[in-house]
Amino acid sequence: MTQNITLTINGKKRSDTVEPRLLLIHYLREVAGLTGPHIACETSLCGACTVHVDGKAIKSCTMFAVQADGRDVLTIEGLAADGKLDPMQEAFWNEHALQCGFCTPGMIMTAKQIVQRNPNPTEEEIRHGLEGNLCRCTGYQHIVNAVKSAAAKA
Amino acid sequence: MATTITKTETLVGKRIRRREDPRLITGTATYVDDIQMPGMHHACIVRSPHGAAKIKSINIKPALELPGVAAVFTGKDTEKVGPVPCGASLPGLRVPHHHILAMDRVYFVGHPVAVVVATDRYIARDAAEAIEVEYQPLPAVTDPEKALASGAPAVHPEWPDNTAFTYHQEGGDVDKAFAGADVVVKQRITSQRLIPTAMETRGVVAEWHTGDRALTLYSSTQIPHLLRTLLAQMLGLEENRLRVVTPEVGGGFGSKLNVYAEEALMGFVAMKIGKPIKWIESRRENFTCTIQGRGHVDYYEVAAKRDGTILGIKLKLIQDLGAYHQLLTPAIPTLSVLMMPGLYNCQNIRADIVGVFTNAVPTDAYRGAGRPEATHGIERMVDILAAELKVDPADIRFKNFVSKDAFPYATATGLTYDSGNYAAPLEKALDIVGYKKLRAEQRQARSEGRFLGIGISTYGEICALGPSPATPAGGWESATVKIEPSGKVTVMTGASPHGQGEETTFAQIAADELGVGIDDVLVVHGDTAVVQYGIGTFGSRATAVGGAAMYYAIQELKEKIKKYGAMLLESDDVSFSNGACVDNKTGKSVPLAQIAAASYRAMKLPPNTEPGLVATYFWEPPNFTFPFGAHIVVTEVDRDTGAITLKRYVAVDDCGKLINPLLVEGQVHGGVVQGLGQALWEQAVYDDTGQLITGELMDYALPKASNIPWIETSHTVTPSPVNPLGVKGVGEAGTIGCSPAVVNSVVDALSPLGVRHIDMPLTPEKIWNLVQAGGGKA
Repeated sequence: MTQNITLTINGKKRSDTVEPRLLLIHYLREVAGLTGPHIACETSLCGACTVHVDGKAIKSCTMFAVQADGRDVLTIEGLAADGKLDPMQEAFWNEHALQCGFCTPGMIMTAKQIVQRNPNPTEEEIRHGLEGNLCRCTGYQHIVNAVKSAAAKA
Repeated sequence: MATTITKTETLVGKRIRRREDPRLITGTATYVDDIQMPGMHHACIVRSPHGAAKIKSINIKPALELPGVAAVFTGKDTEKVGPVPCGASLPGLRVPHHHILAMDRVYFVGHPVAVVVATDRYIARDAAEAIEVEYQPLPAVTDPEKALASGAPAVHPEWPDNTAFTYHQEGGDVDKAFAGADVVVKQRITSQRLIPTAMETRGVVAEWHTGDRALTLYSSTQIPHLLRTLLAQMLGLEENRLRVVTPEVGGGFGSKLNVYAEEALMGFVAMKIGKPIKWIESRRENFTCTIQGRGHVDYYEVAAKRDGTILGIKLKLIQDLGAYHQLLTPAIPTLSVLMMPGLYNCQNIRADIVGVFTNAVPTDAYRGAGRPEATHGIERMVDILAAELKVDPADIRFKNFVSKDAFPYATATGLTYDSGNYAAPLEKALDIVGYKKLRAEQRQARSEGRFLGIGISTYGEICALGPSPATPAGGWESATVKIEPSGKVTVMTGASPHGQGEETTFAQIAADELGVGIDDVLVVHGDTAVVQYGIGTFGSRATAVGGAAMYYAIQELKEKIKKYGAMLLESDDVSFSNGACVDNKTGKSVPLAQIAAASYRAMKLPPNTEPGLVATYFWEPPNFTFPFGAHIVVTEVDRDTGAITLKRYVAVDDCGKLINPLLVEGQVHGGVVQGLGQALWEQAVYDDTGQLITGELMDYALPKASNIPWIETSHTVTPSPVNPLGVKGVGEAGTIGCSPAVVNSVVDALSPLGVRHIDMPLTPEKIWNLVQAGGGKA
């Protein structure tokens, strides 16, 4: 009981045979070898597994790999191009927007989406946009600063 | 904000972005779950759904019949594995034998009963569901006060009073203090059970090397070396054949300062099946099976003079221990007793602790560990006293602070506060918040029928744990500093950080001391095969103890560097600064890299000097450090909904010297938000049958970005004389200072209704009911 899927991950096409019940996060981490997105709840509440599918931030723990068939997936590993960090990654670094780093890959993918949808977000809009991503270390303030500064530079 | 700064610039004190971040922001760091090995199997643990029950039978056959299942083990198989250790000792402490898998009885929801081993994690979960366990449910008790009542269900049948220990501590003359008091205020104050909720759950990968009789165990832990020592005992392994590796650790907050059944269980499984095994805790397991924090019911009495002078403090502390002792479980409330007087000059103290077994997961160290509870108690009591005496809560604090001339200050609880100026942060916080103007605004708000509150908390904490005689497992820390033949510097610290940023702060200190660039320094930690024995990161100790150990190792190296420098410069008068040895007479110099190369090449050695430039230092601190500070919170309560708006949050902390203010800010923010979580939202709720009804992120209200106010931070700097860096520690400060400030603020807001105390969390429902009971007056 397996199914073939073909999708684009971080700009590269790949095909795999997967069980229909395989979650996208497990596919990305264990089949495609992309361990940047993390698993911290498996119930779509924490956002550590956030990736972009066809340009939209989604929680990959509540999507099956087969649902990503034919689609375009972007993970944290696909952000930096030619060794140059994405401005959002750079902003997280500059603003000390991470401590243990576990929520960070998902947080950065969500932060990118916030700025894509609203290039000039207010603090309140940023906080609202980050609501689906939990961080236990930073108290969020430096993350808010990072999103602000990345937006200002974009 | 580049990490490369010329070596003549001083790095300590600068806001330098972290050197650990590039791997974390690119998704290339390795946490336990990122480890893959050929032939690796996956474990899933079958756990008790009951708070208390007898196990009548376990049928593992349906699981074994599933394709891909390699093995199933139950309590009978693991009976000989040593018990989960309790590292704390107290007189008369009752320690239940804590098997790694339940034998014939389960004591809390989540108690491990069996482990399934399969070729993939999906099959392991399927198989775990196929195992049939027949239970005979028993009455359970989860409220510690109910557990102490006669006739309560016995958590452990051999101890029907559910009492694990009692502990008494007294200083001064309490009876006399109370007899001579003008006023005595009393209050029952709870600090509810909290779930630490590190974003990375626990996880273990274990690999048995049959030929070498050696086990490598990767675990998300704060204490790799202590884990190795204790795990080797549990598994009957020689300690030097057990290697513990902590890869990237996704947060701990005390919940990974422990030795858990699952760590030993995975070691056992790996040795049995001869294949690598991985277990990753689910979030549900993290809620039910990883230690929780707090769990206090405190009965306070404070005696005072009419002018507000505090004369004596009594505390009866009921500690909810859960069903077992984890590593430090019974020791945590004793820390509360040590900090009972807070920052106040009160020499008459009496405390009685009762440690109570309940049918719940054990409590243990969670951010602050005993100190938030103590601070919450004394800071609430001081506000209650101020209200009773109708004096300003700021004034009563100024009146009672230990005077800045009194240090070192001996407390009635046996501590010696190292250094302090307790009025300074409160003055600064009052100034930042504009206290007088704010009180005027409050009067105006009240006249309009609005509930505006101003809450003050001051706090002190015991950090840099600690002198070894005062800790269960040695309170020193170690560092090895190696100057490699190329002149690059490698630091190996026994402190094992997990988000605190020591790869940056330690490099700042080392680079300054050795006069090299920060990028010339690499800080290594968390692998017992690489790093000398160490204690770990907890209790705001990493920089104050581990950083100091590194400092002393570098001082030893400097002496050796000077010997080589003198030899190379053919001088008997050399000094070492800015990364070079200088002949004080001729001004000729030789750089560190050249000295290092000569020391390893060893063509010629200075008299009585070994080749190489390596120093290891185990530093025993002479005392704890005692950071302090003041937090002020402005709140407004909506009388129609009970919702609380956090209007201002001002935190002024004194953690001694700041190595990296950017990272200190991060620690304060994170700490404060965990304190807000306790004050406003978080609570582990067990029902009377032992079910954890806040067992998922859906039900347990973790702070979100949108709930949090802007946190205004500032500092005063009172260096600690305890260590050469002058640092005190800052990891827990925010959490400790926060919750009483919030509750004091909301109580202040509702004081026109006669509200004197509210237990945490301050849910809108609780607040709304209080407002309703107040009949809408004021």
